[in-house]
Amino acid sequence: MGKTIAEKIFDRHRVDSPFGDIQVIRLDAVFCHEITTPVAINDLIARGMDRVFDPEKIKAVIDHVTPAKDSKTAMQGKILREWAVRHGIRDFFDIGSNGVCHVLFPEKGFVRPGYTIIMGDSHTCTHGAFGAFAAGVGTTDLEVGILKGVCAFHSPQSMRVAVHGQLPPGVFAKDLILALIARIGVNGATNRVIEFSGEAVDQLSMEARMTLCNMAVEAGATSGICAPDMTTVDYLWPFIKEEFASKEAALAEYRQYTADPDAVYADSLEIDATTLVPVTTFGFKPDQVRPISEMAGEKVDQVYIGSCTNGRIEDLRIAAGVLAGKTLAPGVRGIVSPASPAIFSQALAEGLIKIFMDSGFCVTNPTCGACLGMSNGVLAAGEVCASTTNRNFNGRMGKGGMVHLMSPASAAATAINGTISNSGLFHREGPQ
Amino acid sequence: MKNFDGKVLFLDRSDINTDEIIPARYLTEITKEALRPFLLEDLALTGFNPAGDITGKAALVTRANFGCGSSREHAPWALEMNGINLVIAESFARIFKQNMFNCGMLAIELPAEVIEEIFTRFSGRATELRTDLQGGQLHFRDDGGAELTIPFTLSGFDRALVEADGWVGYADSRY
Ligand code: SF4
Repeated sequence: MGKTIAEKIFDRHRVDSPFGDIQVIRLDAVFCHEITTPVAINDLIARGMDRVFDPEKIKAVIDHVTPAKDSKTAMQGKILREWAVRHGIRDFFDIGSNGVCHVLFPEKGFVRPGYTIIMGDSHTCTHGAFGAFAAGVGTTDLEVGILKGVCAFHSPQSMRVAVHGQLPPGVFAKDLILALIARIGVNGATNRVIEFSGEAVDQLSMEARMTLCNMAVEAGATSGICAPDMTTVDYLWPFIKEEFASKEAALAEYRQYTADPDAVYADSLEIDATTLVPVTTFGFKPDQVRPISEMAGEKVDQVYIGSCTNGRIEDLRIAAGVLAGKTLAPGVRGIVSPASPAIFSQALAEGLIKIFMDSGFCVTNPTCGACLGMSNGVLAAGEVCASTTNRNFNGRMGKGGMVHLMSPASAAATAINGTISNSGLFHREGPQ
Repeated sequence: MKNFDGKVLFLDRSDINTDEIIPARYLTEITKEALRPFLLEDLALTGFNPAGDITGKAALVTRANFGCGSSREHAPWALEMNGINLVIAESFARIFKQNMFNCGMLAIELPAEVIEEIFTRFSGRATELRTDLQGGQLHFRDDGGAELTIPFTLSGFDRALVEADGWVGYADSRY
């Protein structure tokens, strides 16, 4: 019987199968940030088990609230920092070199096809874009991951999502994933790995595939996953060129993490990319999605461009392209957070930062910031934000605030008009 | 093992997410105890009053997809710190459910019609629950003496985690 990508990865990492459906797998990487890791560290200390399974395989970053905004966040950073030093964790990223975990770690080459990765963060599914099995876990799973390098999962059940045709101009990976979540609901993929395939996915850059996999969890999925191809190899080449004689050799190796033609899926659905339009959310759940054209005219107080969903260089290029020569509508606050130092530098070099600043945007350091409503742009009660992030939950960006999720292009157009708007990149009007 | 008996809190809504269970603004706390006053502070549910409704409860009954959203284990901890070690729902988000068992807590799934029956008969009344883990039965009893017994099943792994008081204890002894 054929196998899915996730099943192939599990086969190569299984260390135990204590109860039928439960598989304990070996981890290739454990990612850590300062919000969920300190409690795990403190618990390990309290149990007299302050050890790590392999300091080379642990990567840590202070990213959610950085620079620290108060004594409590300063203490979270301090606990992580001292732990990294104590255990010789060399890949630890602090102020000056830090950025949003799911943007920074792939950029450093820490994710490879076939890897197994956990992190105490639900958007760990992002890394499936590389053909890895990457799942968000709670603090206790993280704790055991740090200590033993293993994690327990149910045998992976996959949902195949085939996206045919090409995305129309002005329609992005963000619109595609929102359309999928709208179709299957916020628990439509619970306990499933969403395996993305089809022409539209093959054509996406690694950045866009990360946007796609990033929001798999908003449909309840354990992970999103894309088969590795030449796009994956090209992205990874600076990190793997010592390992392989050529890109073709790397691709041949990574191709083992492609689903068999007779793989068995728990669910399967098809999406016609050519019918998609730019969309946004309207309520407090990510499956409450409407075409932008139906929401046009809704006033916003703030526009946020950043996060692990859409804070990458490609996103900044698209947003700056829409903003160039224009200014923010009166009364609208614009905030952009390039998601890593490399992206910030690149955006500076390309003149994108100047475009943002000239249009009236505030540019912040790389951090999660406003995305989770802890710093750098928290909403007041009754305020509305157009945001390129991934969660519109009640209170997510500030108690009493409303968040409309959308692509960077739509967010930039909304900033200019002060009301929810389609960008000029999109031409065809009308509902899906 | 933790306590799974006591008074029941009813939350009649689906898709209650972890931001509602414990808002992100409290994620800067580094002890579980500090989360206690903030459980369900942002829950959008008409008639629910976090200040009065939580005290003294030991179990929670709710609808579908409980615990969706962020992976924060602060959600089960905030429940645990308020004495609630058992959640009964139609379904759970994966990470939340795993976090519950990883902490040695119980997350029990029951069919929609059974959940509906529990709500119809007990919601709005002072209700006590007794959990028979070995026998796989939940005994509900309201202050008027009405009773209902409902069977449940646990996977072998989930049961082992509850008995080991969580995944750290289980994994440390085996891997
Ligand atoms: S950017 Fe937002 S969603 Fe992404 S890791 Fe940070 S807080 Fe979480």
